[in-house]
Amino acid sequence: MNIWWIMLAGGALTFGMRLFFIYLFGRLEVPETMRRALRFVPPAVLSAIILPELLIRSGKLDLSLGNSRMAAGLVAVVVASITKNTLLTILAGVAALLILQFVM
Amino acid sequence: MNSKSSSFWAGVRAEFPLLVGVFPFGMIYGVLALTAGLPIAAAQSMSWMVFAGSSQFIAAQLIHDAAPGFVIVLTVAIVNLRHMLYSASVAPYLDSVSTGWKPLLAYLLTDEAYAVVITHYEKEGLTPSSHWFFFGAGFALWFPWQASTAVGIFFGAVIPANWPLDFALPLTFIALVMPALKDRPAIAAALSAGLVALLAYSLPYKLGLILAALVGIVVGTVLEARQ
Repeated sequence: MNIWWIMLAGGALTFGMRLFFIYLFGRLEVPETMRRALRFVPPAVLSAIILPELLIRSGKLDLSLGNSRMAAGLVAVVVASITKNTLLTILAGVAALLILQFVM
Repeated sequence: MNSKSSSFWAGVRAEFPLLVGVFPFGMIYGVLALTAGLPIAAAQSMSWMVFAGSSQFIAAQLIHDAAPGFVIVLTVAIVNLRHMLYSASVAPYLDSVSTGWKPLLAYLLTDEAYAVVITHYEKEGLTPSSHWFFFGAGFALWFPWQASTAVGIFFGAVIPANWPLDFALPLTFIALVMPALKDRPAIAAALSAGLVALLAYSLPYKLGLILAALVGIVVGTVLEARQ
């Protein structure tokens, strides 16, 4: 699919969800299960992207110490939990990756 | 000053403190969208077409990974599902505004605008000009988001291509996910989703991502219901 169609469809769906209950007010309520499940969307989706990015190298699971992305990712996890700052996390992770690639 | 414009500017002012975090985030998006391989026009346009921060990062990552279109669209939709809650939450306050206002305010209903607007409604209640406050808060976020994207694209275009900046996207996601891991069900949701994503990595069309996300959401919801 063309990148513009992807953005148009993604944007239209996002807009539709933002408008949904404003438009249907009084006719429809949010189901309780959905209200509770939504809290788990960010941890689930983000982890499902992060772990393969860090641990799968050239199509295979790589848990060895030679996997510099895994080690740099761990540095980022520590920095993110301490600072809660996106920019610092990125800088620390990229710096760790560069250093590890230089050393190894 | 009449009540419409004073409400509008009150909304703008209320949104201001949040821009400290939003502006750098928009710049990071602009840089990373380019390094993920999006053309400049597409990287900029996503900020008004989708206009939802974290889903734009995820779309950029998936475009970089050459995921099929329907998987990207579905993932964006799942990530943005929470906007339905915001929609339901502000709906009672927008019941009386005219039909033309509803799509405009819905378009501006981001995380940051919602946070400011719902606080205002709960504190001040509904007034004849409170939709102008909503518009002010929404616009005060919309404009800097477009501008910060443009600034980021400018930087992204001059950064040398051999810097490992594609790695900055997963790092951004780490920064986003850590604050969400504050109790056991959330941690279990993250771990189970991550594990399924690894096990199902070889599924075609990146369907492993969708499967992993759904498993994580179900695990978190079930565990929380048991507590």
